[in-house]
Amino acid sequence: MDTLLLSRIQFGANISFHILFPTITIALGWVLLFFRFRFARTGAQQWMDAYMFWVKVFALSFALGVVSGITMSFQFGTNWPGFMETVGNVAGPLLAYEVLTAFFLEAVFLGIMLFGARRVPTWLHLTATFLVAFGTTMSAFWIIVLNSWMHTPQGYELRDGIVHATDWWAIIFNPSLPYRLTHMLLASGLTVAFLIAGVAAFRRLIGDRAKTTATQLRVGLGLAALLIPLQIVAGDMHGLNTLEHQPAKVAAMEANWDTGPNVPLVLFALPDEDTRSNRAEIAIPNGASLILTHRLDGIVPGLNDFVAEDGTVLHPPVAPVFYGFRIMVGTGFAMLALSWLGMILIWRRGVDHLPRPYLMAATAMTFSGWLATLSGWYVTEIGRQPWLVTGVLSTKQAVGDVAAPLVMTTLIAYLAVYALLLAAYIAVIFHLARRAAAGKTPAREEPRQAPVGAIPAE
Amino acid sequence: MMTLDATTLPMIFATLMGVSILLYVILDGFDLGVGLLFPFATPTERDRMIASIGPFWDANETWLVLAIGLLLVAFPAAHGTILTALYLPVAIMLIGLILRGVAFEFRAKAPLSQKPNWDRAFFAGSLMTALSQGFMLGMYIMGLDWTGGHALFALLTAGALAVAYSFIGAAWTILKTDGVLQAKAVTWARGGIWGLVLGMGSVSLATPLVSPRIFDKWFSFPEILTLAPLPLISAALIGLLWYALRHLPTASDRFAWFPFVAATGLMCLGFAGMAYSFYPFIVPEKLTIYEAASSPESLRIILYGTCVVLPVILGYTVLAYTIFRGKATSLSYD
Repeated sequence: MDTLLLSRIQFGANISFHILFPTITIALGWVLLFFRFRFARTGAQQWMDAYMFWVKVFALSFALGVVSGITMSFQFGTNWPGFMETVGNVAGPLLAYEVLTAFFLEAVFLGIMLFGARRVPTWLHLTATFLVAFGTTMSAFWIIVLNSWMHTPQGYELRDGIVHATDWWAIIFNPSLPYRLTHMLLASGLTVAFLIAGVAAFRRLIGDRAKTTATQLRVGLGLAALLIPLQIVAGDMHGLNTLEHQPAKVAAMEANWDTGPNVPLVLFALPDEDTRSNRAEIAIPNGASLILTHRLDGIVPGLNDFVAEDGTVLHPPVAPVFYGFRIMVGTGFAMLALSWLGMILIWRRGVDHLPRPYLMAATAMTFSGWLATLSGWYVTEIGRQPWLVTGVLSTKQAVGDVAAPLVMTTLIAYLAVYALLLAAYIAVIFHLARRAAAGKTPAREEPRQAPVGAIPAE
Repeated sequence: MMTLDATTLPMIFATLMGVSILLYVILDGFDLGVGLLFPFATPTERDRMIASIGPFWDANETWLVLAIGLLLVAFPAAHGTILTALYLPVAIMLIGLILRGVAFEFRAKAPLSQKPNWDRAFFAGSLMTALSQGFMLGMYIMGLDWTGGHALFALLTAGALAVAYSFIGAAWTILKTDGVLQAKAVTWARGGIWGLVLGMGSVSLATPLVSPRIFDKWFSFPEILTLAPLPLISAALIGLLWYALRHLPTASDRFAWFPFVAATGLMCLGFAGMAYSFYPFIVPEKLTIYEAASSPESLRIILYGTCVVLPVILGYTVLAYTIFRGKATSLSYD
């Protein structure tokens, strides 16, 4: 494998590992604020129990997000020096604002949020919780501004091959930003909804009848049932936006080779770039035309339009985009089914009488948000290839001159660390759930002992 | 009135970046130092050492993100050159930072039987981070050329920085704890001060010797007179430290703050000397800050945000340190 491919896999591995944790912390911050407010309003213990349990998961996820995020900012330099050299004038300020407005806000108030409840007044603790949630969301905003600009760049001019910013308003509110941001924030909400519901269902399964598990099931499933229809609409709008600005990506998502009307919706196929056709195709006639143009005979772009006269392929690799899209959509519909079925069951039978198979299904879907989020990001990022910044900078131009074996070495090291940490993370969440179920409530589990060591007379 | 143009802006950003690096080295330095001292502490002492840095480490590490972010956004050309040249040590540092950062959380939340493993990961992560940062410092001083001699020098600075971090970590522990642990930290600091003298001394001597340009900057008249306070104050601080460590811990805990403040002072002095040596170069002997800087329009945009946000950041950093002042007690989420 060459340096370009290895660097891409390495960046992909790093950013995939990283995004798992912000996806949780962005929405979990707001959910924690909600738990905290409900406790302040009602005084009911189950809300505090929920807060105490999930604040630990928040702290853990936050730590993993921070350390894996640091890796990202270094990777720009170590592996992709061409990126900042070419588009640094745009990417730089956006990244700087991310660090300045968001990162510090989170990092500093996190200490007060986690450990300061007894040291600061309630209003300050609530404010700290709010600022952490707000900071996480702002962090997502700036990063998605930059990412969206890389997909649909505007507000710049090229001088001697270097991008110079001309209109910051146009750069920030570039055409794909509203859709991508909405799609990602909803994805975060759904990830957290299924995480909370899944862990609560697991606690029920192992015999935890505490009131807080019922509350958490209701909150998790209710949030999921509320957000998933919104997400389907937002996803559809994002797709239409992509059709307008990045037609090659949509052609790859649909595995459609020839531009034309009455394009079928391919449910399954084995896209083959050598023969430039699909094998084993199962399709619904006119489906893609209907979804993308809302007309049976609407024109849908085909991949063959994105091949240069000399044979250079200017569209993304088809198979990963095609499959990634199907995994994301499939997971989305499974989420719809589980959450709405759950709502009906809770309404008809009550949250305490959810059948075991249902609880097992909810537990199995604990991390379904991760699956959908990752596959969605693969669709959009691989779908941008061969460009790093659409029409401005190709991925190949940006890669750094590092020896392939060296990249291979660090890639293996990163993968080993990530696999270990991911396993530990999931194990710890279920360990915490078992401990909570065994009656050791999070509040009691860390003993309030006197400072260790003899204190000299003062 | 100073105008914000292609001469002043790179200087402003170089200063901001320098301050971020300095703050990082001091603040995360004591976090990493505490990690490096882990093998010498008992399991209960470790809990208390973790508690002393728990509320801060995350924000401390963020100064590194700001520093590398400023390098990235303000000096994009230098960012690529420096980081590709330091590819391997950077990767080792990143893995170290990951292990160190997650160990904080895992050691408290994983099953008790796994705690010793996460303690080991905490130490290993701190060690990897400290050594690779020291190594990068050495390679940077040597102009980022990979030769056997330069790598040897970089190994020396790697050891020196690890010792310096352990020293400030021990000083922090003296400040934030009491009793047996505090007394133990004093002995750690007594052991570390020799390494500190050796490390700072060798780096200070080697830097002018490898670069005639830096030699001229220091040893010509009248610069040598204006610069003289730097080594003199350093020597005085080390003398005072040595004296203080012989008399600590005191009965009423007076002067427990002194080792930490003195270590901070030493790091500031060392950093000032280094900054003076390298200015105006950002990639030693190859690229000046003026050549590497982004366009003035982009720098101005970043500067406006920085001017608004930096005072706020400093303000609530002080707030966090005020809330968690005093001796460290066990941390809990309520």
